[in-house]
Amino acid sequence: MTWSDMSPLLWQATGQTAQIVAWSTLFTVLFGLPLGVALVGTDRGGLFPAPVANRVLGAVVNVGRSLPFIVLMIAVMPVTRLIIGTTIGAGAAAVPLTIGAAPFFARLVETALRGVGRDVVQAAQAMGASRGTIVAKVLLPEALPGLVAALTVTIVTLVSYSAMAGVIGGGGLGDLAIRYGYQRFETGLMIVTVVVLVVIVQAVQSLGDAVSRRLTRR
Amino acid sequence: MIKVSGLRKAYGSVVAVDGVDLHVREGEIFGVLGQSGAGKSTLLRCVNLLERPTGGSVTVGGRELTALGDRELRQARQGIGMIHQHFALLSSRTVAGNVAFPLEIMGVPRGERVRRVEELLDLVGLAGKAGAYPAQLSGGQKQRVGIARALAGRPSVLLSDEATSALDPGTTQSILALLKRLNRDFGLTILLITHEMDVIRAVCDSAAIMSAGRIEEAGRIADLLARPGSRLTEELFPLPPAEPGSVTITFTGAYSGRADEAVVSQVVRKFDVDVNILGGALEDVAGVSAGRLRVRLTGGESEAALGYLRDRGLLVEVAAR
Ligand SMILES: Nc1ncnc2c1ncn2[C@@H]1O[C@H](COP(=O)(O)OP(=O)(O)O)[C@@H](O)[C@H]1O
Ligand SMILES: [Mg+2]
Repeated sequence: MTWSDMSPLLWQATGQTAQIVAWSTLFTVLFGLPLGVALVGTDRGGLFPAPVANRVLGAVVNVGRSLPFIVLMIAVMPVTRLIIGTTIGAGAAAVPLTIGAAPFFARLVETALRGVGRDVVQAAQAMGASRGTIVAKVLLPEALPGLVAALTVTIVTLVSYSAMAGVIGGGGLGDLAIRYGYQRFETGLMIVTVVVLVVIVQAVQSLGDAVSRRLTRR
Repeated sequence: MIKVSGLRKAYGSVVAVDGVDLHVREGEIFGVLGQSGAGKSTLLRCVNLLERPTGGSVTVGGRELTALGDRELRQARQGIGMIHQHFALLSSRTVAGNVAFPLEIMGVPRGERVRRVEELLDLVGLAGKAGAYPAQLSGGQKQRVGIARALAGRPSVLLSDEATSALDPGTTQSILALLKRLNRDFGLTILLITHEMDVIRAVCDSAAIMSAGRIEEAGRIADLLARPGSRLTEELFPLPPAEPGSVTITFTGAYSGRADEAVVSQVVRKFDVDVNILGGALEDVAGVSAGRLRVRLTGGESEAALGYLRDRGLLVEVAAR
């Protein structure tokens, strides 16, 4: 295979990967962020203590995190078909990716939020702030550098999971590597695909680090 | 202004505050002195109900906070400022953003917020620092931001939890001077807790001593100085242990301001006694100078000499032989 043969395939696959990662990142944040806030808030001494809910959420998150992604991916296929209408393509890949990454992201969010000092939370309470205000104006902004770092790690994980999602026809770079590189013995293409993945991960990580550093005011 | 009755706070089997009554008058600076672990912070945090008391009641500015629901309590807290030992500033916000925060909570419109923040920063001497982040400030400057933030809602009461304990002595003095000025200029009532006698000495009108969750002694400092056996006086003027028969003279109350009158030499001349000075201290407390002198009187008419001193308005205590 020559470069001119590979190039359009690579561009298309990279675009698909970007699409898969973008959608799954969006939904991972949408579900994972509130879940992370809830994990911190419902804890003993939290903003809205609820020990039972805390334990249930913790268990759900742990189950989600301990399932091997490849198993999860196949297990949720019926759910995917229900939501998207198909189990093939970028949209379909986003479902297992979100389910796999949201609990992971939630734990990272939890850690970042726990780094916010009790004293600033109490200072806000002493000013008469409501719990919603404390989450929106104290916890999240104060933890922002940590949240960006958490998001960065999550996107990197999603990129690698998305390659795995290629196995079941999710499309993208993983799909390309398997279909051409593995099944048709196009070793050259496989290597280039891996290089592209490494470059994407590097870029995401560097960008995330830079943003997180810029936001740090300590 | 602040009335605390029968306040109790227990954490499991640990009783942090054990039946405290406290009355802080409008416009005064009231200091609670006690060692670490005495329950001071818990007491203070019960005053704005950051901690729910296990028992007892708290009334601030005529409102019984312990009887309020969540929403009303949040409202009430907006009228009570608080400053903290480690400042508790938002690191992600600038100085101006930190001071604006309570105004945002109160729903003050943006334009007014900007004006008020400027005014407050002027008041605490940080006019040029509006755009700085807390990490770029010294400890004293951080506490000034804390004070400006606490005053944003024009509170009638300020609570201070060891506000100067993390600061060096010079900065401590400047922060205390600022608190005193706010108290004088705006009639701000201040309840502060501290483990440093110097803080009480420098700014307080009234004081209480707290130990193991209880108040041991409380009142106006001028009154406490005139009270025989006062622990606060002991702490203010540390003297060596009283030997049997020694006489401790406290210059205070009616006598304050005249502590330098040559009362000792008068006694020597009038009653033909010998005076051995065992120890003494002279301090400015609550704005008046006061002092204690420990002496031994021998020979002459010592009993009459003691009577003379008492008649002059001095507190005279004789250690038992
Ligand atoms: N949240 C808490 N949980 C359990 N014990 C506490 C808590 N807060 C304070 N205490 C205990 O209450 C006592 C008084 O503490 P504190 O009010 O902080 O004292 P101070 O401010 O005078 O140093 C201490 O024995 C402390 O361990
Ligand atoms: Mg304390």
